[in-house]
This record gives sequence, C-alpha cells and structure tokens, in this order.
Amino acid sequence: MLLVLKKAGEVQKMLNEKDKVFQNLHGFQEPFIEGALKRGSWSNTKEILSKDQNDIIELVKSSQLRGRGGAGFSTGLKWSFMPKNTGKQHYLVVNADESEPGTCKDREIIRNDPHTLVEGCLIASYAIQATKCYIYIRGEYHHEYVQLEKAIEEAYERGFIGKNACGSGFDFDLYVHRGAGAYICGEETALLESLEGKKGQPRLKPPFPAGVGLYGMPTTINNVESIAVVPTILRRGPDWFKSIGAENNTGTKIFCISGNVNKPCTIEEEMGIPLKELVEKHCDGVEGGWDNLKAIVPGGSSTPMLPKNICESVLMNFDDLKANGSGLGTAGVIVVNKYNDISEVIERFAHFYKHESCGQCTPCREGTGWMHRMMQRLVRGEISPEQIELLENVTKQVEGHTICALGDAAAWPIQGLIKNFKSELISKYNKKLKAS
Amino acid sequence: MSDDLINIKVNQKEIQVDKNLTVMQACEIAGEEIPRFCYHDKLSIAGNCRMCLVEIEKAPKLVSSCTMPLMEGMSIITNSEKVNAGRKGVMEFLLINHPLDCPICDQGGECDLQDQAMYYGFDKSRYKENKRAVDNKNMGPLVNTIMTRCIHCTRCVRFATEVAGVPELGMLGRGENAEITTYLEQSITSELSGNVIDLCPVGALTSKPYQFKARPWELKRTDSIDIFDSVGSNIRVDSRAEEILRVTPRTNEYINEEWISDKVRFNYDGYYQQRIDTPYIKENQKLTISNWEESLKVLKDKLKTLKPLALIGEHVDLETGYAIKKFMSNYGKDNVECRTDNHAILESLDSYRFNTPLNDIENSDLIILVGTNPKIETPIINHKIFKAYNNDAKIFNIGENISLNYKTEYLGESLSNLNNENLIKALKKSINPLIIIGSAFLNKIKNIKTIKSIFSYADKYKVITKEKNNLNFLNPYASRVGQLIIGNTTSNLCEPFSNLKKDNFELVLSFGSEHIANEQFNNCFKVYFGHHGDDGAMVSDIVLPTPLYTEKNGTFVNIEGRPQEAKKCHNPIGSAKEEWSILKKLSDELSFDFIPNTFDQLRSELFDKHPILSDYHEIIAVENSTSITPDIEFEDCKAEYPVSNFYMSDVISKNSVTMAKCVEEIISTPSLLEKSA
Amino acid sequence: MSSNHPGLSNNFSRSGEKFSWSKDNLRSIKTIISKYPKGREQSAVMPLLYLAQEQNNNWISIECIETIAETLNMPKIRVTEVASFYSMYNTRPVGENLVQICRTSPCWLRGSNKITKTICKETKCEINDTSDDNKFTVVEVECLGACSNGPMIQINNDFFEDLDEESTKKIIDNIKEGKPNVIGSQKGRRSSENA
Repeated sequence: MLLVLKKAGEVQKMLNEKDKVFQNLHGFQEPFIEGALKRGSWSNTKEILSKDQNDIIELVKSSQLRGRGGAGFSTGLKWSFMPKNTGKQHYLVVNADESEPGTCKDREIIRNDPHTLVEGCLIASYAIQATKCYIYIRGEYHHEYVQLEKAIEEAYERGFIGKNACGSGFDFDLYVHRGAGAYICGEETALLESLEGKKGQPRLKPPFPAGVGLYGMPTTINNVESIAVVPTILRRGPDWFKSIGAENNTGTKIFCISGNVNKPCTIEEEMGIPLKELVEKHCDGVEGGWDNLKAIVPGGSSTPMLPKNICESVLMNFDDLKANGSGLGTAGVIVVNKYNDISEVIERFAHFYKHESCGQCTPCREGTGWMHRMMQRLVRGEISPEQIELLENVTKQVEGHTICALGDAAAWPIQGLIKNFKSELISKYNKKLKAS
Repeated sequence: MSDDLINIKVNQKEIQVDKNLTVMQACEIAGEEIPRFCYHDKLSIAGNCRMCLVEIEKAPKLVSSCTMPLMEGMSIITNSEKVNAGRKGVMEFLLINHPLDCPICDQGGECDLQDQAMYYGFDKSRYKENKRAVDNKNMGPLVNTIMTRCIHCTRCVRFATEVAGVPELGMLGRGENAEITTYLEQSITSELSGNVIDLCPVGALTSKPYQFKARPWELKRTDSIDIFDSVGSNIRVDSRAEEILRVTPRTNEYINEEWISDKVRFNYDGYYQQRIDTPYIKENQKLTISNWEESLKVLKDKLKTLKPLALIGEHVDLETGYAIKKFMSNYGKDNVECRTDNHAILESLDSYRFNTPLNDIENSDLIILVGTNPKIETPIINHKIFKAYNNDAKIFNIGENISLNYKTEYLGESLSNLNNENLIKALKKSINPLIIIGSAFLNKIKNIKTIKSIFSYADKYKVITKEKNNLNFLNPYASRVGQLIIGNTTSNLCEPFSNLKKDNFELVLSFGSEHIANEQFNNCFKVYFGHHGDDGAMVSDIVLPTPLYTEKNGTFVNIEGRPQEAKKCHNPIGSAKEEWSILKKLSDELSFDFIPNTFDQLRSELFDKHPILSDYHEIIAVENSTSITPDIEFEDCKAEYPVSNFYMSDVISKNSVTMAKCVEEIISTPSLLEKSA
Repeated sequence: MSSNHPGLSNNFSRSGEKFSWSKDNLRSIKTIISKYPKGREQSAVMPLLYLAQEQNNNWISIECIETIAETLNMPKIRVTEVASFYSMYNTRPVGENLVQICRTSPCWLRGSNKITKTICKETKCEINDTSDDNKFTVVEVECLGACSNGPMIQINNDFFEDLDEESTKKIIDNIKEGKPNVIGSQKGRRSSENA
C-alpha cells in the first residue's frame, strides 16, 4: 500500500480559540439567542443576504468547504447544481440524522450552538433559491430537537427567519422533522422518502435531488456541520477558512473521538491535524499507552480501519486518509486498543449494518446478514482461511452492486479487518482447531 | 424524429435508439437479453433486484440497466467478466435464503429464479448459515403464499397499487426481516388480484386452486377468450385430459394487456359442477333422463306445430348464433332475441358497442360513468379508467353512488344529471371527454328519443367528433355485440324482451338464457340448450346438453367490436352436442334448408354473409352517428345494475366453489377500501 | 434477536380500545400538517405516529394505525409500513421506562456489556423483556449518536452518558424509588469536552 508520509518539518499547533467556528461546542455558554448574538451569530445576516445568490455560492466554493456528512463533496459546487429561477419550489434539506457509529458532532452543534445552524439554513437556502428548509433530525435526539425548536422559535420571533427574513426581503420558513430510528435515513434520498412520509428506502439515481428531490422539486441536502459553518465563512471570508488546513482540505473540523482513549471527546480542530496528535493531545492518549494501540477507525464505522503504523503519521483530512486506504467520513474516530478483540469491533459493525439495511435491494438485504453471521463465527475463531476468503469475496459481491452506499459501508470495515489482520484471524482459527 | 435518436454501443455494436429508452430496453433492441426479476414493463421501476447489472464504459460501478437512462455515445457492455461476476453475486444472494423446494413448488418449470439460476447460479451453496424462514400470509382464497420463497422484488406491491388500484399490499419491516403482506393479512379486494401470481417471479405467490395440481409440461395449452364479461380478454386455457386445470392471460396490448379478471382465472371448477350431461324430458313435472333420439323426436314434433321463439344467452358464440338465426328463419322474422335484458339500442353498431378503443381510455381527461359499475362488470375496463384517473382524469358518476377504487364526483341518480352544471363546465374544458353508458340505464330506457338524445349530447360536447367517438355503450355480456351484428334480435329498439309477449309464441328455445323462466312464457313449451342445470333448465320441458365455450370452437366479438376466436380445449362433457349440429339434425328431419355439414362450413358461410367478422383481432370500422335529434331530452329511469356480485354473475361462476369462497372471504368481510376511502 | 425488539416487529396488535385523538393532539396535528405542502399530508405520518404513541402509553396499536390512516387519508398498509420500518415506533406495549442500551462498537469498547448486565440484573429483565411491575422494558439498540460519551443508554427521551456499573445502578435505583436522575454525563461532564 502506498504510504503518504507526513510532510517533513511541519509543526502542528492547536487550533487558535478565535478560529473556532463553534464557540460554544460544549455548552459552557448560553446556547440560545442571547449567547448566539454574543458569539456573533446574526450580526450582519442582512448584509450577507444582500449579496447576489451566485456570489454566495462562489464564495463558498472558493472557501473549498467540503461536505461534512461523509462524502466530502464541495458544498459550493453542490449548490451550483441547483437549477436557477425555475419558478418551482426549491428546498434545502439539512441532514441531522447523525447515526454513523462513532459520530456525535452535529449533536453538539444542535444542542449547544443551534443558531449557527439556523442562520446557516437561511443563508444556504437563499443561495439556492429555497424558501423552505427542513431539518431532518434523528428521532433519538429528543433533547436536541427541543433545543433546536426553541432556537427556531427565537429566530422567528426576532424576524431573523420567516417573512422578510432579517429585513432582506427574502421569505424563509424553517421546519424540523424528526426521524424515528433508521440509520438509512442519513442517506440523502432515503431521507427525502422519509420526509415524504414513507419508509426510508433510498431512491434510484438518476434523477438526482438537485433536479428531482423533495416532493419532486429541486433540492439540496447538506450535513448540519456543512451548513452551520457557512455564516462564519461568509463573515470572515473564504480566505480565512482556506488559511486553515491544506489545499482542498480547508477549514476547521469537528472530530469525535471514542473508544479506547483516556478521555474521549468531541473537539473542533484544524482540518488535517495528525491523527496521533488528536488522540494524544485531545484525548490524553490511548488507554494503556500508544503502544497498546491496535487500530483506529478514522471516519465513522463505514471507513476501513487503519493499523497502528499508519496512525503514527496520517493526517485527518479527506485526501491523506484516502491515500492511506480509508476516508475522513464523518470524522468519527474510534480507537481500539489491544485489550479488545478487533474482530468483535467489526462484528458489531456488521450487526449494525444488518440491523440498518432497508431491505430494498438484494445484495444488501441478503449480504449484510450473511456477512454478519460469518463475522460471528470469525469472532469465535471458527472460520477457516478458505472461509475468510469467502467472506472477503462476499463483501466484494455486495460492494458496488447496491442502490445506495450502505452496501459499500457494510463491506469496507470487514475488508479493512481482513486486509490488516488476516494472519491474526488465521492463527485464531488454528488455535481453536488445536484446542478442540 | 431523428432528434429522438441517439447513438450508443452495446457490446461494441453501434446502434441508434430512441433516447428515452433505458439501458435495458436498448440492450434488448440490440439483441442482448438482460436477466431481471423486479423489472416489469407495466409497473413502475424499482431497481431493487440488481440482477440486470451491466457495465457502462468509464463508469466505475456496474449499473442496474432497468433504471439507467441512455446518453449519447454511451457504450454498454453486457458480457464482460465483471458483469457476469456481478450477476452471479446477486444470484447467489437471492438463493442463500431461498428454499430448495423446487420439487414441490408450483412455480417449478416456469420460475424466473430457476431459469436464471441455470445461467448465473453456483453448482453448490457456499452459504453455511441457517436459512431464513418467513411466515406465510393470508391473501385470500385465490393467492397462496409461501413467503420464505419471496425475493422482495415488490412486483406484487406495485401491481396492487398501480394497476389494481387497491393499495393493500406492502413490505413491512426492513433489512432481512422485510416481509410482503396485505394489511393485517386480509384478502386482496381487487377483481384483478390473481395477476400477482403471474407477476411473482418465484413461487411465493401461487394459485390456491391450482396448488399441487399439475406441472406445466404436462398441460395442453389452448388459446381462448374470456367470456365472463364483454371485454374479450385473451386467455390461455391449460388442460390435462378432459379437465381444465388453469387459466392464465395471453398478452394483448389492445385489450387486456397482461391481465385477466379473477373470475375467468379461477371459476373453472364451476365448468364441471351441475353439468347437464345427457338430454332430459319433463315427465310429471319432473325432469327425467332421456336420450338424444327420444328428445329430438319430441322436439321435432313440437317444432312442426308450435310457433317458436329463440332466446340467446350471454355465452353464445357467433357460429351458434348464426345457426340459430338460420334455423329460425324458417319460421319467419322477429323470432330471435339476444336482448333478454331489454337492452335499448339504435340500429347502428355504434349504439351498442364501446366505441373508444379500449387502450385509448387512459388518454381521456374526463370520464362520465352513466349507469355502470365497471369495477365489477368489466374489471379490465375499470383498470383502464384507473389509468386515466392516475393521469389526472376527472371521473363523474351518474346512477347509484357506487364505490370504486378511485375518486369520482357523484352527480345524482338520473340520466338528466348529465346536464349538471359542474359537469357541463368540465366538459367544455375537457380535451378528450368520454362517456360510458351502462346496462343499468340502457335496460331501462323506454323511449328511443333518450338514446338519440345521448348521441346529440355527445355531439354537442365533442365526445363525438369527426376523428373520434368516445360515446360508449357498455354491457357485460360476451355474446351481445356479435349477436346484434348478425341480427339476432327483434325489431323493437326499446324494451325488446317485454314486447315479445305480444307475439304469442308457443315454443321457446333457450340457448343458455335463464330468461326462459320468465312468467311470460308460462304457457309455452320450453326447450333448453345448455350446459349447466340452472333455472332455465329446471323450468324446461326438454333439456339438451351443449358444450361449454372451452369444448368447441367459436367466435366472439368483444365490446369494442373486435372478433376473436375461442378454441376448443377438450371434448364436451357427457353426451353434449354442439348446438348447430342439433339444429342441423332437426332441419334435416323437418326438411328445412340448412346446408352446413361441418362446423368449418358453417363458419365460412357466416363469414361470407358478414365479411367484417372474419377479420379477427381488428375493430370493425363504422361511421360515427352524430346529432340525430334536435332537442336533448332524457327520460327519467332508475338505474338497475346488471352485476351485483362480481364473483357470481353467471351460471358457471355460481357453480364455482372458488367463487363461493371469494364471496365469503372477500365480499362478506368488510372491504378495506370502503373504510379508508 | 433484533426481531424481538418492540420497535422492529412486523406484527401489530389491537389494544381493544378505540383510539381517537385527544383535543390537544388534534390541535397539534393541525400545526404539524401545516408544515408540509398541500397534498403532501402523508409527510405528517411520522410526527403523527409519535403523537399516537405518546397518547397510547408508548406503543402503536392497530387502532392507532387506523386512526392515523384516516386522519391523513392514507392507505392503512402504508402507515403500517412506516410504523414497522422505524425502530422507535413500538409495536407492542412497553414498560413505563424503555431502557435502550447502546451496543455498537464505540460503547462496547468502553464496556457496554457491563452496563447491559447491570441493567438486566437491576431491572430483573432479560433483553427485550418487560419487568413484572411494568416499570422497565430493556432493549439493546444500535448507535445512539453519543459516542464520545460512551457507554450510554437512553431511557425514554433522556440520554445517560459516561456510565459505569455504579452510576447505572444508581439511575435504575432512582427510577425505582421515584427519585429524579441527572440527565447526560454521569461523570460531571457538561457535554463531550475533554474532562
């Protein structure tokens, strides 16, 4: 595998407090309007809304903001796919169905700094000519839903949204729609189906939502974090955003670190912070020390794990993680140390995907169950080398053959496990064989 | 036209195709067969089975060809190793949880999964885990379910919603626990429900009555026509020896597309119940077994002295009708009647047929139902109205406020509601309005002016124009249009049957018409030609066994005026004889002029007399009648619907145990739709 | 077995009692429907399922489904599909406190197994069971999205985070004794900050 080495001589420093977009990520200040105003939200929204819509899109494009929901597609470019002046109702739909194991960042934005999101919704909707926006929040986030509804109510009361939002002449309505326990609704077209009152089964693409989206109308779907950083980008300018991180991997990013670290946390940092630094500095290291590290899943359950040697040097951004055979995904960093069975970590992911498969298309419906059952046997050391090969083969039969990416997401963690720890899995089998 | 064509390549072969096609359709044009389970050209695209994967040059992933639109210059590959591996993978996934019960599966031998597994299946299973078991679901007396076999293609769900128009099926749960079911396992309430059996690509939904009856390769297949309504759906009758075991649709895009009604699909057990298998003669008020010689001798003697009348029932084919007409002409005129329900007509064909070609109904934007319940009279026509409805057509209803599977605006119970203000407003706006007048009014009309007024009304509101005639007359009987074409009716345009009283007939020959039991014939000598022991047979003095439509060849003209042939599938039951041959024998003995010696001769004589009938499958062309009365005036009559129970509309269905179960389980339990509508 | 999870069953049952909307809910329904475009009332099916569940002792009966179908003019099978697809609609009655234990890897890595054991012991419930006194129903669920605060559980609407066996027992005890619980981190964290 190709290793991209850490750039020599680069000195990493902690992100400057003042460069953090989410000044109240952890809720030590007042989360609602008073606090939000102090933190600069809504300060010159009218001015921003006086810009030409295309100019806003261009600014966001030039900030090189990439979608924070997993795929890492340029947010500005996505907006530019929306048709212009169609005379149709356009929609912005915000994906707050945060369900990827290892991910809990949008939760903090919503409960502690909801006005960044509400303001972002207004500006983004204006840019894509959407007068209506729905935020689809996962059902389990009840407390967060209450917080968000309150923030929206405040924004309506102050005239920030609603008719003539912020005095801009732009009419804008914002609604919250609760999910009800289905990971698949994080897939953007499944989310639209769910919002339309159906089962959350992903749609066939084409047509893409920008053409035929919610209720058949042009629709853009963005992640909470992608939307919530937009007001700050427009306030401080794309150049400021670009000055953080590296080319095409710009800005700040919220990382959620979970698993075997001494102090798991959610933290806003510079995009591209070395993984090791993230773990060592922000989480007080791996439980049992860095040498006790087994592997790290860097971007939520769907991204293939990284073995320790790669964790030493990899940077937490889209491109470097991709070059190292994984991905930034949702930046949900799951640390696994040697006290735990790495195959059970993956078996539990396999269970998760089986549990969350929508059941619509064949490879995912049947494949996730098959993979999970084999993973259960693998955890028990009951899988022969040939069967490990079969398991890998089955993951390939799922990958790339499904309607949505859940099939791929279910396949990759297992592929990552086999790629990195095959010999260990085989010796586990041999040991069990001997014992019986 | 060339604007619509684009250049693509399929396996390096360059072709030009319509740009609106999908990749799958283009591949088919290029002669490449694409395997599929979920795709069906009459249903919305689901793209869920993933069997139709193909490679598109430069695309990183395989794509499902049924969902993929074409693009100029697209290069499609269907035969690469990658494609083959992809499909094999999908096939393996379909099979891992599919039971290995092909030997006891009714779908065996005609199963898509079985067939495609021959190409894409592995020779042994790599799946070492336990197979999934799924509880079977009740879907009613017609559809048998073995849900462990289900591959979740959702064809049945889409059919119920999109074609049958009864959103009662769904897929509950998710992931590998997803299950197809009806709401609370209630019976499907559609008259078209049996079609899910044909649609199911595996043996999950099979025919309950056909269960374990036969293997497809044992069956003799005979092309025939549905005679249980007037649509003339094309059917295939499968038989073994002298027994029909199954009825399925034949595709006819002009008529029934790929569907048939549950009545013709499932009432065949009624073919063999209560059959008249030998001649009977009434002695001391009781029908006693006789024989042909004796019964025909008695009949011959009566025919020498009494003034006869012939009644024609709903299942009589044209050849039989022609023989009857010919025989009766020896006794003068006005002595044959097929309109035993008092069906009012004008003389022209366009006053008693469905003038809009059936596959044009869906193009209408406004449909007025006048005294018809298409859902139970002619379910196929109802499906086409439902299509129009889904294309945003507005549907109005006059007569009883019947419950249908689409929304209608009810205008009132009398014909004069055609003048309803809202309706007139809508008619004026409509581009392609359509009227369907049903038997509920047609059988009640006493004044010919009313029929004429209907024409004038249609003319006034552009239902009839130079180019089209969307004024439709709908009766539910398979024999009616054809018998009227060959003139098997009396000259009274209105109330023809009631008017028969005046003519003092002494001998009534009924060909499958139960109306022989009517009071007006109390003093007549009655002879019944039929196959089932119904009221008509019970009241008669002589009963002669005749074959069912599946036991002889015959021509029927469907409601839109399309002659079609029902072919003989097996020999008649018992000593039944074809009607024409009985009449031939009588003619010979009575020294009447009755030339045909064979059925073929009879048929060619019929076609010589009526050349328009020989053009099978083509709609008979006539000129439109237009405004024929200066003032429009509708008489007041109360609608009386000809069919009140879909499953029991004729003597054969009434004798079917399957149909009886439908009544019990579908009609007697409250309909889902009525409640939710 | 996941199929036994009350939220993920395909089998619904009748409560035997008529379900009609409370006055408050009728008002709420109006507001909810107004959030969606005209003719798209079906969008309200999920919020209405929540309302029905709340009004119906935390589960969805066939009567609830039929009332929702009627309110939204939807085929009943479509409502059933939705109710069966999403795990948060309970298809059978559950205890006063629905205890959902996150079992996914991030929580498991931090000891969710012990939390499960503790809860089962303290509530005297097996997974997917309801306690005899109807106080608790215990289920294992997939990732609840509080990974930096694992292991964690959700009881009805509330998250309890940064758990260990002791704090878990305390939470259950408090419920039994009718005492209030501190929602969120049990280790005194405000949210998911490094602390």
